[in-house]
This record gives sequence, C-alpha cells and structure tokens, in this order.
Amino acid sequence: METSIKKYKNCDLVTLSGRVDSSTAPDLTKILDSLTGDSRYKIILDMSDLEYMSSAGFRTLLSSQRECKRFNRGEILLASVPQIVKEALDLTGFDELFKIFDNGADAVNSF
Amino acid sequence: MAAFVEKMWAAIYFKMNKSVFTAHFEILDEIREFVGEIARRNGFSDKEIYAIQCAADEASSNIIEHAYAEIENGKIEIECGFVDGELKIVMRDNGKPFDPSSIPEPNIKGDLFEREIGGLGVFLMRKLMDKISYESSLESGNKLTMLKIKGDSG
Repeated sequence: METSIKKYKNCDLVTLSGRVDSSTAPDLTKILDSLTGDSRYKIILDMSDLEYMSSAGFRTLLSSQRECKRFNRGEILLASVPQIVKEALDLTGFDELFKIFDNGADAVNSF
Repeated sequence: MAAFVEKMWAAIYFKMNKSVFTAHFEILDEIREFVGEIARRNGFSDKEIYAIQCAADEASSNIIEHAYAEIENGKIEIECGFVDGELKIVMRDNGKPFDPSSIPEPNIKGDLFEREIGGLGVFLMRKLMDKISYESSLESGNKLTMLKIKGDSG
C-alpha cells in the first residue's frame, strides 16, 4: 500500500494505491489518525489505484468515519472506487456509510 | 492393477497444490497470490479470483489473529486445487480453535455508530464462497474447507 496526501484549504485528498489488508491497514489508520489529530476531519480517499481491500481496511474506514463525523465536524468521502472494491463495500453495507464520487476533484468541490 | 491405482491417486493428488506459510500478516500477499494463481490457471473470472483471494485472506487473517494469538511462528498449511468444477481451499492450523460458524452475522444495516467493528471478515468469507466447513480435533488440529463453484457468480 502507498499513500500520498494533497492538502487543500478545507480538506485533504489521500490517494491510496496498492493493497490494503491486515498487514497494511494499520499504516492507513496511522495516516488518517494523524489527519484527525490535526483537526482535519474532511478527508477524501481517492481509490483509483487501489487493487485490493480486505475487511481490515473496512474496519479502518469505519473507525475513521466515526471520528470524522462526530459532532458533524467532517466526513470521509470516497472517490474513484474500483468496481471490484465497490462490490465488497456493497456486500457489507458500507456503501450506505460513505458518499462515493466519480473522481477526486468532484469530491473536493463537494466540501 | 497396482500401477493403475497409483496413477489414479496421482491424478487426484496432483489436483491439489500444497504450501505452508508462517503465520504473520506480512504473508497475506503470498497467500492471495498462491490461491489466485491456481484459480487463474483454472479459468475463473477476475471477479471470482478476487472473491477467492479475499476469502483466503480473511480466513488466514483470522487464524493469525485468533488461532495463533498467543503462539509465535505458527504454521498455516494451505491446500488448493480445482476439483469437479470447484476451487477447493483447505487450511490447517494448530492454534486455538476459531470456528467461523460461531461468529454472529454483523449488523450491516445500522447507522455509522451502531455498526460492529468485528465479524466482517467471516461475513465476507460466507458471502464470497459457496461452501465453508470447519473441523477441529486435538489430534489433527483445525481444518477449514472453502469451496467456490466456477462460473456461478460471474
């Protein structure tokens, strides 16, 4: 898994690539925790180059979404979700917990 | 006759590939590659391959996290092969029994703050595979068997 962060005035765009599993999900948790630790609660996860995400990644998304949405201070949005990952999100009902955008720019503009 | 029986057994045996992995999260990549390659070779679709890789990952993650929670360098033996139109995965470990059927279905409809953090892995295994069975005994350890029918789910 690799990530890069692009900081905007009122949100952060995290580009996620590679594979998120039990081995790499803790790294994603750290990155998201460091953003919320800096009071940055408006986060976009761009998944265009994401190859794989297991339930370990879903757990990270769930806890971070809770942290961001608490007190209505923000939200995690997903962008460019690959079809195969989208199907797993749908299966687990995660599609109801995250707004999904066609691309990162649309998500940035929505904040 | 003996040669014929031997040949027949060989044919059955060689349908299954066996590999042993050390129980660390870092080997999940290799486990997904191991089962994925066998599925690919046997003509499963990309969607089916993803499902098989995900189920093998979730099952292995549970063995590492729960069965071997207090045991270092435990082993996971995985047999995988194509038998009668189905991909069969057999995972054996010698840790604490972790029966997937004992894990209740997670709440997948509630609101954000009601959702449970756990149980998603087993839920995905059940959804993605066609059959899952589990046996545990003191003599032979734990054995998880998962089947995926080819061409059943696109």
